[in-house]
Amino acid sequence: MTAETTLEPVANPRASFLRRLPVVSHFNKSVGLQRFMLVVGLVLTGVFLLTALTAPLLAPYGFAQLSDADGSFPTQQAPGGKHLLGTTVGGYDVLSRVIWGTQTALLVIIVAVILSIFAGVILGLVSGYIGGWLDRILVVVADAIYAFPSLLVAIVMAIVISGGQSSLLGGILAAAISITVVFIPQYFRVIRAETIRLKAEPFVESAKVVGASNIRIMTRHIYRNATRTLPLIFTLNASESILTLAGLGFLGFGIEPSSAAEWGFDLNKALADTTSGIWWTGLFPGLAIVWTVLGLTLVGESINDLNDPRLRGRKRINRKAAAVAVPAASAGSGTETELSNP
Amino acid sequence: MTTLIDAPPSDADAILPSKKKAAGGGLGQYILVRFLLIFPTILILVTLVFFLMRITGDPITAAMGGRLPPEQLQERIHAAGYDRPIFVQYFEYLGQLITGNFGTTLSDNRQVSEMLTTYGAATLELSINALIVALLVGIPLGMVAAHRRDHLPDAVLRILAILFYATPVFFAGMLLKLVFSVWLGWLPVAGRAGTRTELSLTALQAPTGIYWLDALRSGNMSAFSDVMSHAVLPALALGLLTAGIFLRLVRTNVIGTLGKDYVEAGRSRGVSEFRLVTKHAYKPALIPIITVMGLQIAVMLGGAVLTETTFEWKGLGFQLANYLTARDFVAVQGIVVLLAVIVAVTNFIVDIVAALIDPRVRY
Repeated sequence: MTAETTLEPVANPRASFLRRLPVVSHFNKSVGLQRFMLVVGLVLTGVFLLTALTAPLLAPYGFAQLSDADGSFPTQQAPGGKHLLGTTVGGYDVLSRVIWGTQTALLVIIVAVILSIFAGVILGLVSGYIGGWLDRILVVVADAIYAFPSLLVAIVMAIVISGGQSSLLGGILAAAISITVVFIPQYFRVIRAETIRLKAEPFVESAKVVGASNIRIMTRHIYRNATRTLPLIFTLNASESILTLAGLGFLGFGIEPSSAAEWGFDLNKALADTTSGIWWTGLFPGLAIVWTVLGLTLVGESINDLNDPRLRGRKRINRKAAAVAVPAASAGSGTETELSNP
Repeated sequence: MTTLIDAPPSDADAILPSKKKAAGGGLGQYILVRFLLIFPTILILVTLVFFLMRITGDPITAAMGGRLPPEQLQERIHAAGYDRPIFVQYFEYLGQLITGNFGTTLSDNRQVSEMLTTYGAATLELSINALIVALLVGIPLGMVAAHRRDHLPDAVLRILAILFYATPVFFAGMLLKLVFSVWLGWLPVAGRAGTRTELSLTALQAPTGIYWLDALRSGNMSAFSDVMSHAVLPALALGLLTAGIFLRLVRTNVIGTLGKDYVEAGRSRGVSEFRLVTKHAYKPALIPIITVMGLQIAVMLGGAVLTETTFEWKGLGFQLANYLTARDFVAVQGIVVLLAVIVAVTNFIVDIVAALIDPRVRY
């Protein structure tokens, strides 16, 4: 293996690492129940994304709207009539807040996952490649944070970032960064482990011999190969970040209702309603959370199972394993390579 | 390209934490090393929490800012020593922690350590109840799913497990409350016990703070049933969340061991399928299960915070939420540190149990 051939993946279009492609390849691999779960997950996630993108068109009212041309909204009105899913104790329209909530959730997922991938990948690469004291300290710190209840880490971070109070952008950013801190150790672990494994591979040595700088080896040779498992962690973390955001909101660390719609915060407000039998203020935001998390988790779980030969549907294993014996076609796609696992 | 894809790591390994191995020695040395590792973990967490909480400023400004005139605020900050260099405060805080002094809460002026022991018992009770629910539900169902793999029961159980995971514990709690307390009226809405029971239990000599234990000790059966009826819904809400995780874990690992040769050998000897799943395949699958269970303690504590808030279960989580609202960061810090200690100690115990079950772990 010469340095020239290892550089090949670099020439590939960046698109090969996009999330879409792994999902497509997983779909082709799947059979029966697994395919069903993957499809259900994709549909649920798709509806969530679509709702978030078209929220201004779908929602009958604004998320903070308390009145329209006919006067102010009634409070705690049962579903029906002008307010399809009823109104809250504060007089907000439940349906509108559920729909607008998708935007908040999506924003937080995007910011949180991007931030944690950046930080986690960089730290993991550097820590694994350089090693020594830096590596040991980072590992111990990451382990300590990893072992700790993630919600508490998020709470501490929320205090640090916003002092607990939040505006729209501040709130979203605070929630996202809090969630990021929880996730960095996970990305860090995976990338570091891969980096250490790859460091010993002949192609890295070859690159050194040819005279590539450490930075080039890290960013080109190792990075490209170490990030294959990221789509999986990405989907699992996206669902977890929704739960963490809702948890923060439920504890009162949410985003103020006047600046954005957030499901966890709405559930917090609905808690008192439950006792008096008012179910619609809590049920619908709760179902929205379950819907979103379920969709993302089903996608993530399916990818996980399909990557694990022990869990993949049994019927196709032999045929697929045979197909991978000729891996030439799969050079660009990282996930295909999982199949060569004995 | 081909050499690059020779040995991809298993995803399960990459995501599950890799346990550090102590070098050489027998069980005694292994336990010692694991035990000593507790301290740096706790120290790191305490240090992180301390400095993070101080980035935003001192606790008194956070709690009283805007409510006191500036001069008075300065006076109180000075009296509490928060105007000294941060490192002096840090080492003083560490010194106090070692002696068990967590400081005094700002909002209700209590000893933090006293607050922790009072409410810690309630959280412990909730966690035990939930763990029992999780084990009773998760492990048998996981075995069923593994045994009927790729058939209808497996499909239903897997979707159920994901549904348990996807439902936030406070939403599950809210639904349970709505159905069983408000609509059916079978169970109490919130709290740990009725007012009369609570009074009779706190009047006990040396109460453990774990209500069902206290009720049993006092032999007061009506109090016991009252406590139990209060405990059902919170335990279900928190327990089912964890049960979903246990179910998946047991399923995956039992499937792994069911494919082993010795299981096939057992089957050919005429060992019943039931025995194969519950004994032959299950026992070796226990190691990863126990390890992940240890990690679940952390998840459970996080869940307990939310469950307690949902059911007004007066434990650490309920208090944490209250103190957060009051911006009483001394109390928050105390609770967080206590939970850090619990997590570190649990992980230690889990490591030891894993080593006792399987000698291969300790090398």
